[in-house]
Amino acid sequence: MNPTNPNKLEVKQNPPPPELIHSLRLKARQIRRNVLLMAKGKGEDYVGQGLGAADILTVLYFHEMRFDPHRLDWPDRDRFLLSTGHYSIVLFATLTELGVFPPEELSSYGADGSRFEMSACETTPGVEITGGSLGHGLSQAVGMALGSRLSGRKFRVFNFLSDGELQEGATWEAAMAAAHYKLDHLIALVDINNMQADGKTSDVMTIEPVIDKWRAFGWHAQRIDGNSLEELLIAFQTARSIQNQPKVILCYTLMGKGVPLIEQKPKAHFIRVEPHEWDFALRQLEESKV
Amino acid sequence: MSNPQTHRGFTAAMSVSETVEETLTTVEKPFGHALIAVARQNPNIVGLTADLGKYTDIDIFGQEFPNRYFQMGMAEQNLIGVAAGLSRVGYIPFATTYCVFATRRAYDFIAVDIALGRANVKIIAGLPGLTTGYGATHQGIDDLALMRAIPNMVVIDPCDATEIQQTVPAIAEYRGPVYLRILRGQVKQVLDPKTYRFELGKAKLLRQGRDLTLISTGLMTQRALQAADMLKQDGIEAIVLHVPTLKPLDQDAIIQVAEATRTVLTLENHSVLGGLGSAVADTLCMAGLSVTMAKIGIPDQFVECGSIPYLTDKYGLSIRHIVQTAKEILSWRK
Ligand SMILES: Cc1ncc(C[n+]2csc(CCOP(=O)(O)OP(=O)(O)O)c2C)c(N)n1
Repeated sequence: MNPTNPNKLEVKQNPPPPELIHSLRLKARQIRRNVLLMAKGKGEDYVGQGLGAADILTVLYFHEMRFDPHRLDWPDRDRFLLSTGHYSIVLFATLTELGVFPPEELSSYGADGSRFEMSACETTPGVEITGGSLGHGLSQAVGMALGSRLSGRKFRVFNFLSDGELQEGATWEAAMAAAHYKLDHLIALVDINNMQADGKTSDVMTIEPVIDKWRAFGWHAQRIDGNSLEELLIAFQTARSIQNQPKVILCYTLMGKGVPLIEQKPKAHFIRVEPHEWDFALRQLEESKV
Repeated sequence: MSNPQTHRGFTAAMSVSETVEETLTTVEKPFGHALIAVARQNPNIVGLTADLGKYTDIDIFGQEFPNRYFQMGMAEQNLIGVAAGLSRVGYIPFATTYCVFATRRAYDFIAVDIALGRANVKIIAGLPGLTTGYGATHQGIDDLALMRAIPNMVVIDPCDATEIQQTVPAIAEYRGPVYLRILRGQVKQVLDPKTYRFELGKAKLLRQGRDLTLISTGLMTQRALQAADMLKQDGIEAIVLHVPTLKPLDQDAIIQVAEATRTVLTLENHSVLGGLGSAVADTLCMAGLSVTMAKIGIPDQFVECGSIPYLTDKYGLSIRHIVQTAKEILSWRK
């Protein structure tokens, strides 16, 4: 999905080097593989969301953020706040790829006693906030960004949220505060997959025109194909160059991206994958061109 | 004490203290001044409010430390979330609003953003119980129950200016989430600052007795002491145990004073459901202690607008009611 967007890039950026794109593409494929290994055999979970958001987390953790997987409590690290707790699958898949967790642990996702909970909790290493009650992330991101400025540490704060979370009033309370305090080291990433619990976001409660809403709240807003590594890289580069405003990158994504079998399934909050389909899905991912 | 028959009261927009006893001295903005004092020592203390800085006495902190004071506008969920974020990067936020707005509007945010991970946030809540005549939307009648029910929360209802002044440094020192009710503006001094010492999680025995045990929290402790004076004139000696910290609860102290008289009257500026009275009943029952007990507090109903003396008397929180109820439960024992 590549949304037509008249205002896509306001600041001209150089195209990212092909070697960078290539290495990130390999990482994104590994993260997707981890997602499949986590979801394998579970039947109903967040495999669609995990695959769809994999490119966003790849660019963040392997390129954009100041982050050291061996020092999760480094005070100067950039913060990644997963407001959308049920996207834990892609966060754990990414942190495993970074060596925070051993790959053997992947299959424990969602199992009793596992620290890979279906909804991420801050008790698991690398998880900055508990995000399952939707609409809590942006306020905490504002608090962290205020703290970053007050302490002079100058770390950045990235808040991942979903299109469904734009229906929560608290998200907009926080958006207003971020603009009021000119938090230009705060970057929100909205995964717009046009899906939520009861169906399509556009049917449940219209959020469009999303870009106008953020701009009206005083944010610098960009709208991109959230499954394009190039567009993500350029959007982050643009965001870095903007001052005195918080920034949002509206990432239009495709649920199940990277695995045609799952991409083509009927879209739902829980995409159902049959037990015999997992090996095929993994093969499809391996065969996809990088 | 007001006489409900002759009292002609009005809902007072700015009136914060109930029947002001002429004999007591008052302290101006005890919370605000105490916060400034600890913030001078500890640079990590920051303040936040949701458009109620002037009415929760944190405004003077903002004047003293403008870059450490964050106005969040009238957005309580955001107030709590931002405070949580600040605590996660090393600050000690004191976030103020009214009891009702903190606990009812932002409950989920307190539970998930603050309590779950034991964020070092202090929620400072004004207008507890019947300290405002602004009616059901402004009277915090259920906040103690709501806050007690959340794991990891410390819940405090101080008696007066002395206790507020002592509580602020104590909770700044304590690492973890705290819900503190405050009295604002000109606040009465009931406890002697020279001799009284607030300790987090400890009840304080203010008066010894042998006939009856009064267990109170918050501003009801002043009325408990006054009621005890009146009961003494009738030859009834009442113990007064003040319980500023509702959670964690000083169960040993409660069991001890209850055992001493086996007649217990609890007093709180809060609904009779889920606050001090419930906590005491739980404690005594689980300890296997059989006592005669009654609870003084706001009945299980919403309260209308009105003057504070009028409401205090109508809903049974006045000294007159305490004395009457004490005598009544003593008569049940005979
Ligand atoms: C405050 C809150 N309300 C309701 C829910 C229940 N819930 C869980 S996921 C979900 C849909 C959220 O939308 P979105 O994140 O866009 O869904 P997805 O893209 O994963 O399908 C809902 C309503 C919740 N977790 N939190």
